[in-house]
Amino acid sequence: MIEFQAVTKRYDDGTVAVDHLDLSIDDGRVTVLVGPSGCGKTTSLRMINRMVEATSGTISIDGADIRSRKPALLRRGIGYVIQNAGLFPHRTVLDNIATVPVLLGAKKAAARRRAEELLVTVGLPSELAGRYPAQLSGGQQQRVGVARALAADPPVLLMDEPFSAVDPVVRDDLQEELLRLQSELGKTIVFVTHDIDEAIKLGDKVAVLRVGGRLAQYDTPATLLAKPVDDFVAAFVGRDRGYRSLGFLSAHGVSVAPLPTVPLGSSVESARGSLRNGWAVVVDDSNAPLGWVSGVSLSTVEGELRRDDLVSGGSLYVADSKAGSLRTALDAALSSPAGIGIAVDSDGTVLGGVTADSVLKSLDDARRSGEVPS
Amino acid sequence: MNWVLDHIPELLSASGDHLQLALLPVAVGLVVSLPLGWVANRWRVARAILVPVSGLLYTIPSLALFVIMPLVLGTRILDPINVQAALTVYTVALLVRSIADALAAVPESVIAAASAMGYRTGGRFFAVELPLAVPVLIAGVRVAAVSNISLVAVGQIIGVGGLGFFLLHGAQSSPPNYQEIVAGIVLIVLLALVVDGLLAFAGRAMTPWARKRAGVVAR
Ligand SMILES: Nc1ncnc2c1ncn2[C@@H]1O[C@H](COP(=O)(O)OP(=O)(O)OP(=O)(O)O)[C@@H](O)[C@H]1O
Ligand SMILES: [Mg+2]
Repeated sequence: MIEFQAVTKRYDDGTVAVDHLDLSIDDGRVTVLVGPSGCGKTTSLRMINRMVEATSGTISIDGADIRSRKPALLRRGIGYVIQNAGLFPHRTVLDNIATVPVLLGAKKAAARRRAEELLVTVGLPSELAGRYPAQLSGGQQQRVGVARALAADPPVLLMDEPFSAVDPVVRDDLQEELLRLQSELGKTIVFVTHDIDEAIKLGDKVAVLRVGGRLAQYDTPATLLAKPVDDFVAAFVGRDRGYRSLGFLSAHGVSVAPLPTVPLGSSVESARGSLRNGWAVVVDDSNAPLGWVSGVSLSTVEGELRRDDLVSGGSLYVADSKAGSLRTALDAALSSPAGIGIAVDSDGTVLGGVTADSVLKSLDDARRSGEVPS
Repeated sequence: MNWVLDHIPELLSASGDHLQLALLPVAVGLVVSLPLGWVANRWRVARAILVPVSGLLYTIPSLALFVIMPLVLGTRILDPINVQAALTVYTVALLVRSIADALAAVPESVIAAASAMGYRTGGRFFAVELPLAVPVLIAGVRVAAVSNISLVAVGQIIGVGGLGFFLLHGAQSSPPNYQEIVAGIVLIVLLALVVDGLLAFAGRAMTPWARKRAGVVAR
C-alpha cells in the first residue's frame, strides 16, 4: 500500500502544488488522480518515486518511508509511463523495453527475450522490435512505453496522462488494453488524468483534487457519480452523471421478456404472422440478431426475407456477463427502432427483449434495497 | 609532375605528420570539451561564462596563439607542442558550445523518463544524453578537424612540419617551385576532404536512428 500522510509540496518559487494530502492507495488496484490543470496531479505522482521531493509529510510504500531508499534504486522498482511515452529515440523498441532489466543487471540477451514477450503482452506485432520510436505511431509508442514500464515486473506503476496525446479511438483501445492487462497482472497503478470519463472508466478508486493541491473527494467511481461531496466535484464529474452512474449497477434484476424471432430467408407471410406489437427480430442460423422487421417494412416486400429488407437494430444488451449494466440495458432499449432492447447471451444468441420501463423499475428496486448510494 | 614523382616518400610522410598534428588536438579537445559542455548545460552561470569565453578564444588569430603558447606552457618557441596546444584550444572553443546546445536539445520528456527508469545522473549522461548529442557533436568535430588541417599549414611559420613545409619551401626557392606548392595545397585539401568524409560516415554509422524519421512509418 502507498500511503500519503500530510504531504505538502511547496516549490522554490513559493507555489504550493500539493497541500496536506492524505491518501491511501490500495494494492493491486487502479487509483486515479483527477482534477483541473495545475491542481498538483503530476507533482503528487512524482513524489512517489522521488522525482519531486515532498516539502513535508511522509510517503510510504508497504510501511517503509520512501526516503529510506536511494532514489535511483527506488525508481527501478516502480514503473513509470508518461504522456508521449518519452521513449529513447536512439534505441530500438526492444532496447527501450529492456532498459530497466539491463539497469538491474540482467544480461542483454535475456532482457531482450523478455522484451519480446512484453511486446506481445501489450498487443504489438513482433515486427516492430527493431524499429526506432520515430518509426511508430503515437498509439504504438504509448504501448511500448507501457511495456517498458512493465519490463522489470514492478509491483507499482505510475502513469501520468499516458493516453492524452492520442486520438479518441486509439485512446479507447489503449484504455481497454490497460484494463485487460490489469486483470491479468493486478499491479498497484496510480493513474493521472484530467479526463473524468477516463478516471471513471479505469479507476477502482478516484481521487478528485482541486487547484491548490487539496483533496476534494476520494471514492469509488459509482459513489463519486452518485454522491459528489460538493458543487466543485459535482461540476467536475459532469452533466450526464445520472445516466453514467447506471453503468455501475448490475442489470440482473431487469426482466427479459420473450421476443418474436424470424429466421432470415423465411417467407414474408410467415414473418408478418410473427409480429408482436408490429415488430419482430430477424435472426441467422445460430439465432444471433440481424435486425428488425415491422408491419410497415414488410408491406413493400414479397417472397423470401433478405438482408436488404431489415431495419437495422440498436445496441445489444449482453445479459449474462459483467458488462450487463443498467446503462447497457437502457441504451439497448433507447437505441432500438422497436423501443425494445435485444438481450443476448455471451454467445450472441437472442434471449429476449428489455424495455426502458423495465430498466427504470429495476433501478427503483435497487434504490429501495439500498444498492444505490443515496 | 617530375618534382612530385621524385618526392613521393617525403610527401607521404609529411601527410602523416600533418594528420597527426591536426587530429590529435581534435581528440584531446573533444575529451576536454565534453565535461565543459556538460557543465555549461547544467548551470546557467557556467554557460554565461564558458560560451562567450570560448567564442572569444576562437577569434584570436592562429599565428598569435602559436607564439603565445610558449609563454603559457613554458615550452621552446619552435616546439610542435605549441601548435598542437593552440589547435586544442580552438577545438575546445568550437565544441563547448555545440555540446552545450546539443545537450540542451534533448527533450525534457526523454530525460524525465530516463530518471524515472532509475538512471543516475552520470549513467543517464552516457546512456541517453550523449548518444542523442552525437549528430550535433559530429558536425562540430568535422568543422574542427577540417579547420585544424588547414591551420597546421600556418604552423609551418614556426617550423612545425607537415605539408605546410612544401608551401613555404616552394615559395622561398628561386625561382619558386610551383609544382611543390601545388602538391602541398592539393594534399592539404585532399586530407581535409577525406577526413571530413570519414567523420561524416562514422557519424551516420553511429546514429542509425537519426535517419529514420517519422515520415517513413510503415504500417
Ligand atoms: N518545477 C516547478 N517549479 C515551480 N512550480 C511548479 C513546478 N512544477 C509544477 N509547478 C506548479 O505546481 C502546480 C501543480 O503542478 P502539476 O504539474 O503538479 O499540475 P498537474 O495537476 O499535473 O497539471 P496538468 O494537468 O496541467 O498536468 C502548478 O501551479 C504548477 O505551475
Ligand atoms: Mg501534469
